[in-house]
Amino acid sequence: MSELLNVPTMADFMAQGKQPEVLFWVGCAGSFDDRAKKITKAFVKLLNKANVEFAVLGTEESCTGDPAKRAGNEFLFQMQAVTNIEVLNAYDIKKIVTACPHCFNTIKNEYPGLGGNYEVMHHTQFLKTLLDEGRLTIEGGQFKGKRITFHDPCYLGRANNVYEAPRDLIKKLEAELIEMKNCKRTGLCCGAGGAQMFKDAEKGNKEVNIERTEQALEIKPEIIAAGCPFCNTMMTDGVKAKDKEKDLPVMDIAELIANAQDL
Amino acid sequence: MSYLPNILFAMALIIGVGYFVKNVKKLIRNIKLGHDVDVSDNKSQRWKNMAMIALGQTKMIRRPIAGILHVIVYVGFIVINIEVLEIIIDGLFGTHRLFSAIGKPYDVLIGIFEILAVLVFISVILFWMRRNMIKLKRFWKPEMTSWPKNDGNFILYFEMVLMTLFLVMNATDVHFQNMNSGNVVSQFIAPFFSSLSETTVHVIERAAWWMHILGILVFLNYLYFSKHLHILLAFPNTYYGSLKPKGQFDNLEAVTKEVKLMMDPNIDPFAAPVEGTSTDTPAKFGASDVQDLNWVQLLNAYTCTECGRCTSECPANQTGKKLSPRKIMMDTRDRLEEVGKNIDLNKGTFKEDGKQLLDDYITREELWACTSCNACVEACPVSINPLSIIIDMRRYLVMEQSAAPTELNSMITNIENNGAPWPYNQMDRLNWKNE
Ligand code: SF4
Ligand code: SF4
Repeated sequence: MSELLNVPTMADFMAQGKQPEVLFWVGCAGSFDDRAKKITKAFVKLLNKANVEFAVLGTEESCTGDPAKRAGNEFLFQMQAVTNIEVLNAYDIKKIVTACPHCFNTIKNEYPGLGGNYEVMHHTQFLKTLLDEGRLTIEGGQFKGKRITFHDPCYLGRANNVYEAPRDLIKKLEAELIEMKNCKRTGLCCGAGGAQMFKDAEKGNKEVNIERTEQALEIKPEIIAAGCPFCNTMMTDGVKAKDKEKDLPVMDIAELIANAQDL
Repeated sequence: MSYLPNILFAMALIIGVGYFVKNVKKLIRNIKLGHDVDVSDNKSQRWKNMAMIALGQTKMIRRPIAGILHVIVYVGFIVINIEVLEIIIDGLFGTHRLFSAIGKPYDVLIGIFEILAVLVFISVILFWMRRNMIKLKRFWKPEMTSWPKNDGNFILYFEMVLMTLFLVMNATDVHFQNMNSGNVVSQFIAPFFSSLSETTVHVIERAAWWMHILGILVFLNYLYFSKHLHILLAFPNTYYGSLKPKGQFDNLEAVTKEVKLMMDPNIDPFAAPVEGTSTDTPAKFGASDVQDLNWVQLLNAYTCTECGRCTSECPANQTGKKLSPRKIMMDTRDRLEEVGKNIDLNKGTFKEDGKQLLDDYITREELWACTSCNACVEACPVSINPLSIIIDMRRYLVMEQSAAPTELNSMITNIENNGAPWPYNQMDRLNWKNE
């Protein structure tokens, strides 16, 4: 499979004196986390399928600084931001797509104040446009009629008011979209945000991801759809803790679409 | 002699309003202890937010039961206050129901007031039951003991008493009852007093009238000490509320300056500081006390209604952690009040009192439990942002004290060394492609 992936870097484009249509910002999770790498590949397959001329920064990409900022280290955040902005501006990047809502939020909202102005899209929004433009088609395939619930990532939903793009895509799979009691504006966090991903939780009576998983289990979905690599990890762990990992997969929207077409 | 009531009334009014104005000035001074922040942008959107959220109560009705009850009390409060205007004029000039001269419209108006008074009374009873009998969880959190708990109930009692006095005042007003128009509710209360002599009824009417207006003046002055302050501050607070996407945190300007200096290859980091620049007092990063917050955050604290909608949506609180965004706001207000009192006592300057918002009010455990999910910000009916205070305090802990939890320190070191929160090499970032 892997040899089929076409992943040019910005440096490649530069060498040919060309500009890609969009830069795919992979993010740290998407680059290094084993589970998230699968999401990255699924998204790349879709980009390849739709003949999108995209590029990645590859080894020139560095953490956006989101976890540092949320942890209170504004210094490190701005160092990361300024370094990344230098690279992005040197390549004259105009448009960025990313599969991580944290990267999405940071580059879209916090980089402009430091000199980085780009059009930034979450991959679900981007896939939705490809669909609307007729560059990508989605068939339900194996997901037709399946009960799928979508867990809103805080940094996509509340933080940036993107609620519909991922849902529209699920509906396109001809699946039955079901909602948890907390969804959209009132969606419950998976527990990973604000740098919690990198530390143990404070003392309490439950883990946040367990609470969220229980909310999902209440409505008996066949698949939990996610739109964030961190939510994905948290929900996967939650489902495992409930001994349900065999019958309740947690999948990114990009994976759902790619799998539906057996990519 | 016949002017005595007028004089007494004028005195009551002057004392009541005077004390209130004094406290409002204190309030403004305290809020101004915060840093300046630019909120001059996009005025039209700000007015719109105020109209929708404060006046229109759009966020209140997201929870329909509490929302509708609140709208009734709110509308009742505003409309019945038209009556207060008449009471003040009557009181000052010794007239009686001056506005009744306008005839029919007056009766209609009073009729509406009476109906509203009953609706407010019922709503307030229901509110009381939600707090004290149904014991809704959000009203029984640890921060809702002692004063905050009593405060919530006092306000409800106040409103019950004021509404009762208003109706009794109308019911015992023989002249008004004889007109038999506009007394839609009070006509059913009047019979209770029919066995009494005319003089007694008149005395009751006067007593109710006086207690009603004095009650309102007392209530006005109660605001400053109560969560009920929101009836005034909700308006400026929704106006000054953030217009940016909720995920966008501010970029600290003081940090930007230093980062630019560090990254600028033309600047010799070892050069002696240029004369004149070294006199700048080094900026304090983040917040350890209320003076380190900006004034909108302090306004937020005074505006908080302690409704607990934020806390009930908070994932950390829901899973038993100590963090409660409502408590963050209450602590900020309490500390700000303490600082204000300190300034009053020390002739206008703050004297170090060995206390601060961090640790003495808000613990580190609370601050580190936040997932920055914005559920609290979304839930707040009056556009308060508890998250921004949490982040500012984390900034202080990390940048001034290097006091992040150990695991976060390794995440931070990883980003510094490899540009990723995990210990992977930046050169391996594209390896996934071939795996
Ligand atoms: S942002 Fe923090 S305080 Fe607010 S609801 Fe989320 S976890 Fe709680
Ligand atoms: S911050 Fe807002 S939601 Fe929270 S208690 Fe105060 S008023 Fe209610």
